[in-house]
Amino acid sequence: MQTTDSAIINIENPQVEIEGLNLYYGESQALTDLTFGIAAQQVTALIGPSGCGKSTLIRCINRMNDLVDGLRVEGRIAIDGEDINDPALDVIELRRKVGMVFQKWNPFPKSIYENIVYGLRIAGIENKAVLDEAAEKCLKRAALWDEVKDRLHQSAMGLSGGQMQRLCIARAIAVSPEIILMDEPCSALDPRSTGRIEDLIRELRGEYTIIIVTHNMQQAARISDYTAYMYLGELIEYGPTQTLFTMPSKKETEDYITGRFG
Amino acid sequence: MAKNIQTEIEKLKNQIVYLGTAVQENLQKSVKALWEKDPDLARQVIATDKGEIDSLEISVEEECLRLLALHQPVAGDLRFIVTVLKIDNDLERIGDLAAKIADKVILLHDLDPVKFTSDAMQIPEMFNSMFAKTIWMFQNTMEAFVNEDTDLAYKVCLEDDEVDRDKASIRSEMEEIIMRDPAQQVYLAKLISVARSMERIADHCTNICEDIIYMAQGKIVRHHIAELSSLPAQTKLIPEG
Repeated sequence: MQTTDSAIINIENPQVEIEGLNLYYGESQALTDLTFGIAAQQVTALIGPSGCGKSTLIRCINRMNDLVDGLRVEGRIAIDGEDINDPALDVIELRRKVGMVFQKWNPFPKSIYENIVYGLRIAGIENKAVLDEAAEKCLKRAALWDEVKDRLHQSAMGLSGGQMQRLCIARAIAVSPEIILMDEPCSALDPRSTGRIEDLIRELRGEYTIIIVTHNMQQAARISDYTAYMYLGELIEYGPTQTLFTMPSKKETEDYITGRFG
Repeated sequence: MAKNIQTEIEKLKNQIVYLGTAVQENLQKSVKALWEKDPDLARQVIATDKGEIDSLEISVEEECLRLLALHQPVAGDLRFIVTVLKIDNDLERIGDLAAKIADKVILLHDLDPVKFTSDAMQIPEMFNSMFAKTIWMFQNTMEAFVNEDTDLAYKVCLEDDEVDRDKASIRSEMEEIIMRDPAQQVYLAKLISVARSMERIADHCTNICEDIIYMAQGKIVRHHIAELSSLPAQTKLIPEG
């Protein structure tokens, strides 16, 4: 997988390979000829004005778009070399491997503990010791343990927004995914909670491949290793975050990140 | 906010160009004061440096800090503001060096006013060429900044070696005269100091030009400018003004 565009970096041994991806909602084309790779265990940020196809793109990676009527996808997306649109592929297994965190936190109306172990119970694990250990480990990993360890069996709905979002991240990592997709995970949080989520993302890096959609350019600059700038369904520029924010190669990127457009 | 930062950057550019013009005028005046042995003009140079130039430097710095804090600029805007912050410092130092030259004029005058203004104290002709080169460097530095002309910035950097050579030959020539005629020591030592100030001004011009190249191309060329035999075509990042 090679691109000829000098504004789009070639990632060596990418975990996610996107090749010639076109996506249509009925007649209208939402993604146009996307070809790029996403590095394993790094944070990749997708930026661009509203409607440029960022969320549509990440929803392709765990096939969330399957649920949308009239949607057609062309091209190839492979994870670890395996085509995810292969009819023989187990979509449930794909979504276990590729977790997702949404803009608005969505804990189940259950206890904090049950939220974390839900995926494990579905997978048939009933051993209390195993579940207890997983709950503690994931809550610690999501930097939430100290705040909730005394009320694990109380409803998750009593947590603050920032805590609920970290709970959703803990729940996502409980099933040991390899990739975590985040669709504007901080856009409804205050700066302090945002800071904690950003710290968490930096900590999870190295263990999980994280792909994050964000409208907050400073956030992309702070937390990501690579940044992709999209506009009208096309990939305009893709490269190391530091390069993109100090010396972008395309004028369109410069105009967008400096606020002259968008 | 989108329009805002462009307007602010335009304003900042005008501000630093204004400072550059004030420093250039003062530099030319200090050279004139020496050449014409005019202590009043020299005092004027020092007053302008302590007053207008120093306060302009502070206001440019405050403006840069304000833009960094309020707009969190990136890419070309970030490089522009950081470059202005550095140029601001270099311009202020050039202003100080011009004042230092003026100070030498006053010292020489106060030492022996009659002798200083007489033909007995000639300023050697070789100073003329060094002054001209340094002032050329300064003018073209400001022009390279305004037009983001990296080719011109590079040319200015190359001129620095010439000024260094001039300073070295002035120094050895003055030292020779002192050996022959020690009575002239005080006077000639002050002239060597003037040559050193000029040489430092040329160094600051080089610093500014290296920053201009960074601003336009995002490449840090400091410390190895001479190794770059040719520079790629310049890229325009900020609006002309």
